[in-house]
Amino acid sequence: MKILVCITHVPDTTSKISFVDQDTVFDKTGVQFIIGPYDDYALARAVELKEQLGGSIMALNVGLAETEPTIRKALAIGADEAIRINAEPKDAFFVAHQIAQVVKGGDYDLILMGRESIDFNGGQVHGMVGELLGIPSVSPVMHLDIEGNIAKLSREIEGGKELLEVALPIVAGCQEPIAEWKIPNMRGIMSARSKPLNVLDPFEDEQKTVVENFVMPAAKSGIKMIDADNVGELVDLLKNEAKVF
Amino acid sequence: MEKTLEKNIVKGGGFLFNHPHFSEIFIPEEFNDEQKMMAKATQDFIDKEVFPFVERIDALEEGLMPSIMTKAGELGLLGVCIPEQYGGLGMSFNTGMLIADIVASTGSFTTAFGAHTGIGTLPILYYGDETQKEKYLPKLSSGEWKACYCLTEPDSGSDANAAKTKAILSEDQQHYLITGQKMWISNAGFADLFIVFAKIEDDKNLTAFIVEKSFGGITMNDEERKMGIKGSSTRQVFFNDTKVPVENMLSNRQNGFKIAVNILNIGRIKLGCGVINACKQIANQSTQYANDRKQFGVSISSFGAIKQKLSQMAAKTFGIESASYRAGQNIDDQVDVLIAQGHPEHEAKLQGVEQFAIEAAIIKVHGSDVLNEIADQGVQVYGGMGFSEEAPMARAYRDARIAKIYEGTNEINRMLLVGMIVKKITKGEFNLKDELDFFNTGMIHKDTFDAAPLSKEYKAIKNLKKATLMVTSKALEIYGAKINEEQEVLINISEMVIETYVAESTLLRTLKLIDQSGATSAGLFINLTKLYLFDAVRKSKNAGYEALACMIDDEAHLDSLLKVMDRLTAYNHLNTSRLSRDIADEMILQNKFPYTLYS
Ligand SMILES: Cc1cc2nc3c(=O)[nH]c(=O)nc-3n(C[C@H](O)[C@H](O)[C@H](O)COP(=O)(O)OP(=O)(O)OC[C@H]3O[C@@H](n4cnc5c(N)ncnc54)[C@H](O)[C@@H]3O)c2cc1C
Ligand SMILES: Cc1cc2nc3c(=O)[nH]c(=O)nc-3n(C[C@H](O)[C@H](O)[C@H](O)COP(=O)(O)OP(=O)(O)OC[C@H]3O[C@@H](n4cnc5c(N)ncnc54)[C@H](O)[C@@H]3O)c2cc1C
Repeated sequence: MKILVCITHVPDTTSKISFVDQDTVFDKTGVQFIIGPYDDYALARAVELKEQLGGSIMALNVGLAETEPTIRKALAIGADEAIRINAEPKDAFFVAHQIAQVVKGGDYDLILMGRESIDFNGGQVHGMVGELLGIPSVSPVMHLDIEGNIAKLSREIEGGKELLEVALPIVAGCQEPIAEWKIPNMRGIMSARSKPLNVLDPFEDEQKTVVENFVMPAAKSGIKMIDADNVGELVDLLKNEAKVF
Repeated sequence: MEKTLEKNIVKGGGFLFNHPHFSEIFIPEEFNDEQKMMAKATQDFIDKEVFPFVERIDALEEGLMPSIMTKAGELGLLGVCIPEQYGGLGMSFNTGMLIADIVASTGSFTTAFGAHTGIGTLPILYYGDETQKEKYLPKLSSGEWKACYCLTEPDSGSDANAAKTKAILSEDQQHYLITGQKMWISNAGFADLFIVFAKIEDDKNLTAFIVEKSFGGITMNDEERKMGIKGSSTRQVFFNDTKVPVENMLSNRQNGFKIAVNILNIGRIKLGCGVINACKQIANQSTQYANDRKQFGVSISSFGAIKQKLSQMAAKTFGIESASYRAGQNIDDQVDVLIAQGHPEHEAKLQGVEQFAIEAAIIKVHGSDVLNEIADQGVQVYGGMGFSEEAPMARAYRDARIAKIYEGTNEINRMLLVGMIVKKITKGEFNLKDELDFFNTGMIHKDTFDAAPLSKEYKAIKNLKKATLMVTSKALEIYGAKINEEQEVLINISEMVIETYVAESTLLRTLKLIDQSGATSAGLFINLTKLYLFDAVRKSKNAGYEALACMIDDEAHLDSLLKVMDRLTAYNHLNTSRLSRDIADEMILQNKFPYTLYS
């Protein structure tokens, strides 16, 4: 089993988010970065599948040198090797294109991703990679087992759960409870230092999107407690203040 | 490694007599990615395996604590400083400090972890022979076996060498039979291995033994009912003719007291450093609570009185953190030098720690004091909820208290650290006269380097050192060799020594940060340094006043010295409310402790 796990390098969920240059650029100063939480689940499942079935795990990130500590963490958790495509991940299509190129040269059985990144939360890359490669992509995957050449998976759909059997290779966007996320053990952290991290130049690609500017969501207003008997006031507030209908 | 060898090698206690450049000290920002990842993994571990179970841990649920210890072992947390050949990771002393720092926020587990990895494991690591190390260290490192340390007895606590437990050689000379009663033994309830201190015949000094539970003859009282760290197993342990093979004697006969003292030296610096994350957690929770809690229509975090507490929490934590890793690196550097000089590794490691016994005691006393102050302020920020078991502060407050008592009470450590300084002076290792020349030369200052924008602070710290040495030299002049009998004076001097070391550590750390990234981005750290220093100067001044007044009855003489003290502690022009608000506002904005080192 040859598994590719695509990981993002994203701001820690407790980071204070701000923008500079007329709100066109995310300000990274003081921000701590982590592996995308959904990617963590994908990686954890990959490690379990490798333990079960044998094989190897390649971690992949499209990003500049600053993402290497995050990639090392993936190596510490259990990836055997890693690739960093040396480019700013400009948009989802650019990233998907880079990933697709790596897959073409790599003969992977499984391409695991998070259901979505937690910086731009596009939830697009897996679908695009599937299309670019002409293979199935499924998201959000909550269970994944491999039997022979078949992936048995379940995913959340509106109002229920869908069980699928798909022939490999596939792309899967993962989320909990697909696996229990793993804490890298100390020995893993030390051995990550000597595992190969290959840096590749990006494949040329046109940029299909531009950012005009970012807007911060309005600050959450306080919570209003309304007496359970007072349905009239609730309806009034929902209508006139929250404007939900 | 080579780089560290070139560094100016620092002597333990030397900070009082020299003015190191900031490039000579290590700051935690300099931990490498691997060490930071270990810190983060440790944090993830306690978030996942300890915090969700605190109630059950504190209820001493059967088997829970040892199972968490086993998991910590699987993750590699129990063998960080054990050499690889014995199943550990072979990391540096300072990496071990870092792990102890992170684990600190877990109360009962902190003690279980510290007793196992520190006083439980280290005697074998540092004093075991090859066979003992090969036999026991891999099991302790993996967590398969848990260890405890049996020194204290009902009638011998601080006076540890007065222990009455006996070890009698069997007729066939194959075993020692150990009989006696030990008290306050952490981890006793689930330990597989006991480090036991006992006396052979009428020896003056103790001898240490490695005792496996399976040797038999070991019984225990019920768990002690404690004020805090309720989930840490603490029991009396009785040895009744426990049959210990002679090859399980640790080091030589009568070397046990020295082992106990040296192991406590190491244990205590980790204990002092092992408060940092607890302090940060209290600061995090207090900030969040203060932001959420509304009174008079606003968040209580908008009140100056609350900001004062939050900023003090940050400054005090910054202080103990700066001091801990500075000393930890000094130890690592010393060990490297000794190894390069051809000393065997375990001997080098011991001597490295021994060299910095003064700093170790400083960090133990200060760390435990600071944790208690911060916990107290945390309770206060929470108001009535601080007094309730529903909120986290009550537990934090109770759990903090033990740190001032074990691994040598703070009083014993304070006396010890001043005693060691006095010894170094009387042995001529440091020259008091040179440093005190200012009596003759007026108060001329030679700056050893430009400390802008903290030049005033740099000068204040140099003066603190002079004030400390002035009081010490007066005490030596008046009491001579009998200085040890003047505990009140010693305690006051220790206060000055501690505050000076910690304040200087914050200053040097901040200067280094300024050097690395500029004064603007180090703004927070400049504020923390100033706020810390202001308090340190006032505390030192009080302590100095009191010490001098205890020593000198002649009022004119006393007044002249108090005047010198006034001049040496003239760091007054500081608007602390502005500082405190700046710091607290950053915390309020981030809703947590104001900086993050390991995410
Ligand atoms: C400095 C910087 C600037 C950026 N500027 C822009 C911008 O101008 N416009 C814009 O739209 N986006 C921008 N991005 C976002 C970045 O391009 C997104 O990470 C990428 O577009 C993925 O898009 P998504 O959010 O749709 O990912 P999703 O589709 O939500 O991600 C799903 C999964 O795809 C995989 N994946 C996603 N990104 C990567 C990656 N980089 N490497 C490896 N695997 C990955 C992960 O497994 C992830 O869980 C920027 C990111 C950075 C770090
Ligand atoms: C929860 C807990 C866990 C512990 N774990 C362990 C363990 O794992 N292994 C172990 O061996 N021990 C352990 N101890 C014991 C601990 O180290 C001792 O309690 C401590 O050393 C103090 O000894 P004592 O209790 O006999 O107090 P005492 O020595 O009686 O001290 C009482 C007071 O007198 C002061 N005092 C004593 N002597 C002097 C002096 N010469 N000058 C000035 N003041 C003095 C002390 O500072 C203190 O304030 C533990 C204790 C507790 C409470």
